[in-house]
Amino acid sequence: MCLASCGEGVLDPHGPVGKAERVILYDATAIMLAVIIPVIVLTLVFAWWFRARNKWARYRPDWEYSGRIEMIIWSIPALVILFLGGIAWTGSHDLDPPAPLQESTAPLDIEVISLDWRWLFIYPQEGVASLNRLVVPAGVPLRFRLTSTTVMNSFFVPQLGSQIYTMPNMVTRLNLQADKPGTYEGLSAQFSGDGFSDMRFDLVATDKEAFTDWIKTTKTQGGSLDARTFEELVKPAKADGVQTYAQVSGGLFDSVSSAHMAAVPPQRGQ
Amino acid sequence: MLGRLSWAAIPFDVPVVMIAAGSVGLIIFCVLALVTVKGWWPYLWREWITSVDHKRIGVMYILLALLMLVRGFSDAMLMRSQLALAAGHAQGYLPPEHYDQIFSAHGTIMIFFVAMPFVVGLMNFVLPLQLGVRDVAFPVLNSVSFWLTAAGVLLVNVSLVVGEFARTGWLAYPPLSEIAYSPGVGVDYYLWSLQISGLGTLLSGINLTTTILKLRAPGMGYRQMPIFCWTALASNLLIVASFPILTATFAMLLLDRYCGFHFFTNDLGGNPMMYVNLIWCWGHPEVYILILPAFGVFSEVVATFSGKPLFGRRSMVMATMVICVLSFLVWLHHFFTMGAGADVNAFFGIATMIIAVPTGVKIFNWLFTLYGGRIRFTVPIYWTLGFMVTFVIGGMTGVLMAIPPADFVLHNSLFLIAHFHNVAIGGVVFGVMAGISYWFPKAFGFTLNERLGKAVFWCWFFGFYLAFMPLYVLGLMGATRRMQHYSNTHWQPLMLVALAGALLILLGIALTVVQLVVSIRQRERNRDLTGDPWNGRTLEWSTPSPPPVWNFSLLPQVERSDAFWATKQQQGTAQDRRDRSVKQTYETLHVPRNNPTGFFLAFFAVLLGFSLIWRIWWGAGLGILGAVVVCLVQAWRTDGEIEVPSEKVAAFERLHGLKERAV
Repeated sequence: MCLASCGEGVLDPHGPVGKAERVILYDATAIMLAVIIPVIVLTLVFAWWFRARNKWARYRPDWEYSGRIEMIIWSIPALVILFLGGIAWTGSHDLDPPAPLQESTAPLDIEVISLDWRWLFIYPQEGVASLNRLVVPAGVPLRFRLTSTTVMNSFFVPQLGSQIYTMPNMVTRLNLQADKPGTYEGLSAQFSGDGFSDMRFDLVATDKEAFTDWIKTTKTQGGSLDARTFEELVKPAKADGVQTYAQVSGGLFDSVSSAHMAAVPPQRGQ
Repeated sequence: MLGRLSWAAIPFDVPVVMIAAGSVGLIIFCVLALVTVKGWWPYLWREWITSVDHKRIGVMYILLALLMLVRGFSDAMLMRSQLALAAGHAQGYLPPEHYDQIFSAHGTIMIFFVAMPFVVGLMNFVLPLQLGVRDVAFPVLNSVSFWLTAAGVLLVNVSLVVGEFARTGWLAYPPLSEIAYSPGVGVDYYLWSLQISGLGTLLSGINLTTTILKLRAPGMGYRQMPIFCWTALASNLLIVASFPILTATFAMLLLDRYCGFHFFTNDLGGNPMMYVNLIWCWGHPEVYILILPAFGVFSEVVATFSGKPLFGRRSMVMATMVICVLSFLVWLHHFFTMGAGADVNAFFGIATMIIAVPTGVKIFNWLFTLYGGRIRFTVPIYWTLGFMVTFVIGGMTGVLMAIPPADFVLHNSLFLIAHFHNVAIGGVVFGVMAGISYWFPKAFGFTLNERLGKAVFWCWFFGFYLAFMPLYVLGLMGATRRMQHYSNTHWQPLMLVALAGALLILLGIALTVVQLVVSIRQRERNRDLTGDPWNGRTLEWSTPSPPPVWNFSLLPQVERSDAFWATKQQQGTAQDRRDRSVKQTYETLHVPRNNPTGFFLAFFAVLLGFSLIWRIWWGAGLGILGAVVVCLVQAWRTDGEIEVPSEKVAAFERLHGLKERAV
């Protein structure tokens, strides 16, 4: 089974976050298997040995308590959980999605907006945007801010690690990094309606020069993304094809992530 | 006049639905025709529909669950076959708008209308018998609970033909389930059917909790109470504490949808995350509502067929109650990926893992109950051993996902689907199947065919592994849940294996039907005349099979746990006991009279629900009015009981004594 799954997905990570998460998966599984395999074996052995027809097995019709065994059977799971609890505590803090990665390079900011049923990626510093295709430089930390114009979605690139929900009126944060150039599949992991299955995108990690080139060419191609063109994007449509925008009006992400709050009736503000 | 209802609501253009609806309609018509021609209506009305006997109600719950299992499993077959086909550029045969309804209906039906009625049915049937009492605390309310559940079932099934079902997943997260994104009637069907059946479940929870706390045989303190009663107590306490949350949450969503409120909407200050928190405040305890009684069944089965008391009874009880409390402190683990922050995530992750400690203790207790036993390999023990082997794997993957950073990559993946089916099938379904084969002779007076029962077990056992182990792998490969097609063709072989597993389970379900038919035909050969076919330990086995309406002609005196076992040790053979009891003098008993309140309430509840779904306001008014009138009539009723004269009780016992001697 491992052979089938090791070549792709979360067991084949290409970034520090995904790699750390794989270590946790392996460690926790190994610790638990050390208890579970003996339990399975003992279940079968006890059941077989104490079968009614086995004359050699000693029948103890009144045996129902042993303080020593009780102590052991409370301790074994308790110790395992103590250990795993430690992993959970440190893991939650080290791999907290909004926590910046410990890298020397300055991170690249990316703003993600989930639409019905497409992904919009804005590069605020570069002033460009890309629809359904996320181009990033390899070896550079990626600092995401995410929101949604519509229902909830979950932004997930299995080979890079952690996913995070995108939610209307709310901004979530995520930090990832691709170590090597390559194309990694991204998807929405939270069901969002009829077009959900096609809400996939490619995350293309390139070397730094290629990324700079990509930004340059993007700036010369495609239209601009302003309030009017964005209104078209918000309308429900199934994901098809990739598109880039040479220019993005500033503050688009922030106006989207708080857009609906403007609809609060005036008496609320008074 | 008819609100939003018109001919357009019926999907004449969708052959799958029309064929399914047509064949189900035909089956229903044939059954009704048969009942009418044979003149069975008075019998059904008298003995079942208006019955307030907890045993009858328990049986009806389980029949309902079996029927809905077929419905829910049909949905599963559609999903598995769709995913076996829809790889690469293929789109399969189910377009998203249907596929989305199917997985939503599958989840909703399997949890609310299969697992719940199975578990509630078992508790209904078994609890009073194990507690050594003559009925539940509120017999009429019990019937009302059942019929309200049935009303919910009816509404869910109507949605197949009239209108549509929710396309939101089984928990209907807003904003997707809000009117802006789901303007159709699907979510309304979902909400109203669950509101109605949820009320039934809550009433049942109150009823059974009261029964356990207030009605026990003389001498039965909590320390003597059978372990199944303990798990049922925990389960029903959870029902009482958590179902109001579900009702309130759905009520808020209904206000959003019907009256323009903004609890969970995108605008005007609404916050969908509030719903997600609330629904899991109900949803996580719900998991334990289902699994704890299953644990109870395994405890009874493993003790009975090992021929020795449950090992570590006290720690088993403690573990059960610890789980009962902790289950309310872990809800956030369903959405670690919503950005709660490291401290919060870590707290809920660790709280979740702590539940694994008492659960692990339970596994060890069953293990040491087997140790030193004289194990008889009957069908219930097959299910129990299958459970022990399977459930620990599900427990392991559960703890794995309780580690927040691990959940960040596993959340919503097919790995999660595999995990909860691992515990739902390996735990709840196996437990219910063990319970059904264990208590069937008590309910009907004959045992089920053992060979076919074992065949059913192997089908489910291997079917489960074939169907869900591939899903674990697919989840690790990055496959997410609720996708209607996928582009990665590497996944298809595993999807095909999963389909094969589903087919094997299908065979298991078919064999269950065969087993029932064969067992009924062979019933004379497999009669249980003693009332104690398994050499049982608890009080239900001290009654004849099936027990009389009044359960116990003489209320048992209880001195210790495994009360019936103790009696057997002290008083020798069943015949001796029976001879002794025949010489007893019997008192005149009072049993509750049949009552159609539940049936009529359900009728008006369906009318109310259906009218509200379609915005037929006069129908809703009529439904409410009818329900109120039914309640008033019930409230003014004076003759709630009928008398069973002592001679009749004595005659019953004499007859049973004769039957037993004939063995």
